[in-house]
Amino acid sequence: MAATQVNPTRMELTRLKKKLKTAVRGHKLLKDKRDELMRQFLDLVRENMELRMKVEAGIKNANKNFVIAKAGMSEQTLHTALMAPKQEIYLECDKKNVMSVDIPVFEYRTKTADANDIYSYGFAFTSNDLDDAVKSLADILPDMLKLSETEKACQLMASEIEKTRRRVNALEHVVIPQTEQNIRYITMKLDENERSTQIRLMKVKDMMLEEVREKAQ
Amino acid sequence: MYKIAVLGDYDSIYGFAAVGLDTFPVSDSEGATRQLHTLAENNYSVIYVTEELASRISEEIEKYSTSLYPAIIQIPGVSGNTGAGVENVKKTVEQAVGSDILFGGN
Repeated sequence: MAATQVNPTRMELTRLKKKLKTAVRGHKLLKDKRDELMRQFLDLVRENMELRMKVEAGIKNANKNFVIAKAGMSEQTLHTALMAPKQEIYLECDKKNVMSVDIPVFEYRTKTADANDIYSYGFAFTSNDLDDAVKSLADILPDMLKLSETEKACQLMASEIEKTRRRVNALEHVVIPQTEQNIRYITMKLDENERSTQIRLMKVKDMMLEEVREKAQ
Repeated sequence: MYKIAVLGDYDSIYGFAAVGLDTFPVSDSEGATRQLHTLAENNYSVIYVTEELASRISEEIEKYSTSLYPAIIQIPGVSGNTGAGVENVKKTVEQAVGSDILFGGN
């Protein structure tokens, strides 16, 4: 029996048939979307993991260098050296549409073109360890930006995949079977009605014939 | 014009100032939460947060997970790598696929 109450009428039947058609078509489209999203996601997430490993190793290295630099000079000197940075980084944010998911695209621009502007201090009072430390951090920066791009994209795509998967499952396991069941119920009910009408007509015909026969006698 | 912020304890992040990122040293999670929201509203489209701090304000970070900007990325701090960043990547795989089929082994 149908889970919900449906009117066994022809109009309802037409409506349900249309609904089933839409649901099947939607199911196919969403399934395709899910598969394609998944394919792209898996590529992206592999890249994400690689970048993350690289960035984490790079930052670890940079931190180590900073600790060494810190050990080599007084804390005040270090703080003063890094107090007023010369270099600044601006981001150009764009977005890219991948299978109806907006993913960010970052492009960075530095304030000054000179690569040496990362050293915002005179070299008189600082050790060369600090130069190494700052350099190691600057080297890892492009990868860090790439990481932020891919990681955010992965997060957004993951939630979109989850949503799509739920929709596909809801259509596949709830909407489509239920509609099919309702259609079956209505068809059966209509057939039953038709049969009973036919029987009634046959009965009436028999009765009328009998009446005529009686009158004739 | 968007900018990049780094959030965390002073020792972990002071180096980033030299390469041109804006650093915001915070120590307590309450201040960090406030700072995070301020940054998100003020044209910072990438925010790096140290793993150690991120674990304390994960609920606040979660709020931005579905919006395009800002991208909040965890980085290891000076005290070492807690593995939270990698764990996060695994979690996204789990969310998308249902179980971790890529990095489960290692």
